[in-house]
Amino acid sequence: MASNIVEINNLSFGFKGRLLHQGINMTFPRGKVVAIMGGSGSGKTTLLRLIGGQLRPSKGEVRVDGKVVHEQDRDGIYQLRRTMGMLFQHGALFTDLSVFDNVAFPMRELTDLPESMIRDLVLMKLNAVGLRGAHQLMPTELSGGMARRVALARAVALDPNIIMYDEPFAGLDPISMGVICALIRSLNDALGATSIIVSHDVKETFLIADYVYFVANGEVAAEGTPHDLMQSTLPFVHQFVHGEKDGPVPFHYPATNYQSELLNQRFN
Amino acid sequence: MIKSNLFVGIMQLLGGMGHRMIARVWRLGAGARLFFLTITYSGESFRRFHLTLREIYFTGVMSLLIIVVSAFFVGMVLALQGYNTLQKYGSSEAIGVLVALSLVRELGPVVTALLFAGRAGTAITAEIGLMKTTEQLSAMEMMAVNPIARVVAPRFWAGVISMPILAALFSMVGVLGGYLVAVPLIGVDDGAFWSQMQANVDVRVDIINGVIKSVVFGVACTMIALFEGFDAPPTAEGVSHATTRTVVISSLTVLGLDFVLTSFMLVV
Repeated sequence: MASNIVEINNLSFGFKGRLLHQGINMTFPRGKVVAIMGGSGSGKTTLLRLIGGQLRPSKGEVRVDGKVVHEQDRDGIYQLRRTMGMLFQHGALFTDLSVFDNVAFPMRELTDLPESMIRDLVLMKLNAVGLRGAHQLMPTELSGGMARRVALARAVALDPNIIMYDEPFAGLDPISMGVICALIRSLNDALGATSIIVSHDVKETFLIADYVYFVANGEVAAEGTPHDLMQSTLPFVHQFVHGEKDGPVPFHYPATNYQSELLNQRFN
Repeated sequence: MIKSNLFVGIMQLLGGMGHRMIARVWRLGAGARLFFLTITYSGESFRRFHLTLREIYFTGVMSLLIIVVSAFFVGMVLALQGYNTLQKYGSSEAIGVLVALSLVRELGPVVTALLFAGRAGTAITAEIGLMKTTEQLSAMEMMAVNPIARVVAPRFWAGVISMPILAALFSMVGVLGGYLVAVPLIGVDDGAFWSQMQANVDVRVDIINGVIKSVVFGVACTMIALFEGFDAPPTAEGVSHATTRTVVISSLTVLGLDFVLTSFMLVV
């Protein structure tokens, strides 16, 4: 068994004539929590979609469990996805199903388990995220943090080998953020899975990640353990980690000369 | 200078028309592809018929009120207008035939399809569009569950099954409405109303042709609604435009198809 469950080799991906990634290399060892960080629009979520086979790379490859994802046919990709779980940014719960039915959904769709066993498994998963008591609620009755926890229970419903998190901390209050943070680490360790977190929340991500990749301008700008990156003197990493307003990532969107633009407006 | 500006203007106009035409052809192809995929992945809709039954409830049963009330008024108006014309020629007893043939051959299938597009078609588009916007379809894909088999196909067959039943109910209630106006209100002979209808409405020529029309309209309206939802840009504005397009395209398609089908049926 290879030590890396996911490998991204020399990957390039373009969309509508714009090259989003070029020559990206990443490895995700089994049992670890690995984070992909970078500014908004840097293509972090796209990397998750490439790993899940929802997008096809322009160049290079993504290997999951030794298999090249984009070379798989539909059945092959679905087989790979059965070993993955994904937490979407806003949970993506099915709004016409209750909390219980949302968590039961992958079990009912992908397995032949009897309903009594599904019931027990769903309650166990919900108990793990602290929402067993909310199993009869509908998604519209949940707070953002609760919805994210239900989605997490659904993502781990079939005990996946790889769990992907797309901005798991975005828009949460500090308590919910702490809960999600602890859950990601504890579920990863309890299931012996590999977690891939896409986030721009430095504090929470550094708390639970074993290894971090920084993506900027379509490339891996830096990588290392959270401790290494906190000490990094690379200008981009320093600006990002310490939340500085200006730096390699400019405060201003590229524009023409301010003074001449104002004068032009006056004369026009 | 003026000549060159005119030339540029004409070229831009032609270019714009070309782009719009390509976009239309592309959408037509994408719609046809979705139709064939829906047929291909329809097995699950019948194996797990409860999924289709649930959609029949939402599209068919929930449309009953608007269909029944509309049919009642359409039948009553038909009787009033028909009597007004027929009495001039001394054949007011033929009112039953006029009402029945108008409903069974044309108004039943066509008005039902138009009402279906407005009531159920828009609901289907909005639901699928919102599922796409909130990443529910992506979540399903990532769980190795095919959204076309799980979401699109049951709705498609629900529409195809519901439409002929709704059209038959429309014709039945319309005839009842016509009867109430023609017999108790105007005073047309009860026996003449029913016997003329029985003698002149042919099962194959009139009723079966009406059923064929409603099945074709069911396929068209449901597929348009599904495609518009599936193809909607994942924004509030995108879903709103898709919903509007569903009504407009469905209505025009139904009226156009009605002409084509009627031509074939009269020739054959």
